[in-house]
Amino acid sequence: MLNKVSLDLPASPEAIAELQMGSIVYLNGIVYTAREGVYDRILNGGDELPAGLASSSNVNFHCSPAAALQDDGSFNIGGVTATASFRFSKYLADWLDLTQTKILIGKGGLPEKDYKEILAPRSVVYLTTVGYGTGALLGRGVEDVEAVHWLDELGIAQAMWLFRVKDFGPFLVDSDLEGNSLFAQQGKLVNENIEALYDGLKEPALHRYGETRNRKDELM
Amino acid sequence: MITNNIIEDASYEIMRRAAIDIPEDYLNGIKSVAKKEKEQLSGFVIESMIENYEAATEDRRPMCADTGLPRYYIKVGDKAVFDGGFTGIERALRSATARATHDVPLRPNRVHPLWRTEHNNNVGINSPEVEWSFEPDANWIDITTVHKGGLFGTDYRMLFPGDGIDGIKRFLLDTLISFGKRGLCCQPAIVGIGLGGSKDTCMQLGKQAACLRVVGDRNPDPKIAELELELMELGNSIGMGPMGFVGSSMAVDLHIEVGYTHTGGMPISVHTFCLSSRRATARIHADGGIEYRTDPKWFTPYHRRDTIGWEE
Repeated sequence: MLNKVSLDLPASPEAIAELQMGSIVYLNGIVYTAREGVYDRILNGGDELPAGLASSSNVNFHCSPAAALQDDGSFNIGGVTATASFRFSKYLADWLDLTQTKILIGKGGLPEKDYKEILAPRSVVYLTTVGYGTGALLGRGVEDVEAVHWLDELGIAQAMWLFRVKDFGPFLVDSDLEGNSLFAQQGKLVNENIEALYDGLKEPALHRYGETRNRKDELM
Repeated sequence: MITNNIIEDASYEIMRRAAIDIPEDYLNGIKSVAKKEKEQLSGFVIESMIENYEAATEDRRPMCADTGLPRYYIKVGDKAVFDGGFTGIERALRSATARATHDVPLRPNRVHPLWRTEHNNNVGINSPEVEWSFEPDANWIDITTVHKGGLFGTDYRMLFPGDGIDGIKRFLLDTLISFGKRGLCCQPAIVGIGLGGSKDTCMQLGKQAACLRVVGDRNPDPKIAELELELMELGNSIGMGPMGFVGSSMAVDLHIEVGYTHTGGMPISVHTFCLSSRRATARIHADGGIEYRTDPKWFTPYHRRDTIGWEE
């Protein structure tokens, strides 16, 4: 059985250090969503971070909820799932420095070198959503919307949401403080079999320009 | 007489059902894949997904927050009589999309490709897509919606007759491996392959093969049916499971659709649906009665006809 952990937020450095790759994690506290829309506004557009963000949450979820504004001004949060994180690689160093975020949650992890060069030096770990579509289970874990920022400017999918969560999960621990990654390790094991799959298949008549010829390469 | 209001009601209801309830054929398919999965991590992922389908149905909330790019497939019987005309149907579909986006709620994914502006309701230029087909000797209208994510798991390539089955295998492996890494295409999934046609038809056939045929369905051409099973086996022999972890669960099923193509070419497209394979169909009968189901029954014998005329 995989190890199961419940983590209170904001996560302490000690609790983060104890997380083991491949463990299942459930979260309690506040997580915030931010992806390219928010990153661009703050890092490139000169907008300020919401006051007190760092003290209320140190968890950045790469997420766009299925949400709707109700007539009474409240929000109906339906499903909650992650979006692919590798696309945000270029923003992360500056974002982590600015916000003091210590846990990233998303889909699919980051390019292998980012764990060692961006996350580990800042004592940040990466949790991945499972599957990637456990939207209903994660939706259940959202107790309340604490705040939402840039809703008018960025829309529901790109706005910054602060969710108060309880038993919010499951997530899997992808990386540790050394910069090791479960995704990277598993990917290498899968790669060992790939060459043999093509044995005996003839080359295509017309090759494609500009692609890697090595199927073991990371494409992200 | 089928009124436009009934068409809108049915379209709204299938948007809700598609987003929330996993189709039974897919659920059974994923359960049989889970039984064969020997790896602990991959097994855990699939078990979590099965719990998630149950949670979605219990809570009446979407199974995945990426509710995709909602779209419709319409099949109109030759003898169907409806009061709003064809543009009336299209208006009803747009209205149902906007209402369902707010009420379910669906994620308003649709934005202008350049300005990134949106109407917060999944309606815009060329969206939702509506594909039309027809059926002889029928007086009903079938409306199917598919909610499929749109970023990963789809590719196209012009192969040539000399590339043969080897070329198809090679391209399938290329596509499944590159989009399967890190689980970007949210496998295990129903895989659709389009073969032939022109480039646009080829893409369309592959997508329909993935989204509009149920798990266990086989192409009526016995040799293509055999190829479907062989290619599914190939996908599951990659050694990759959900999230790109080590495993054996890549394809829950694999469907091939063909179209006559240029004599010099053999274009191929590969599409992966996802762990949340969302589709729902409503049949609106001549008396206005609505029947709901999860099998679109899109590829009828008439749809795949090979001759000039059509005789049952």
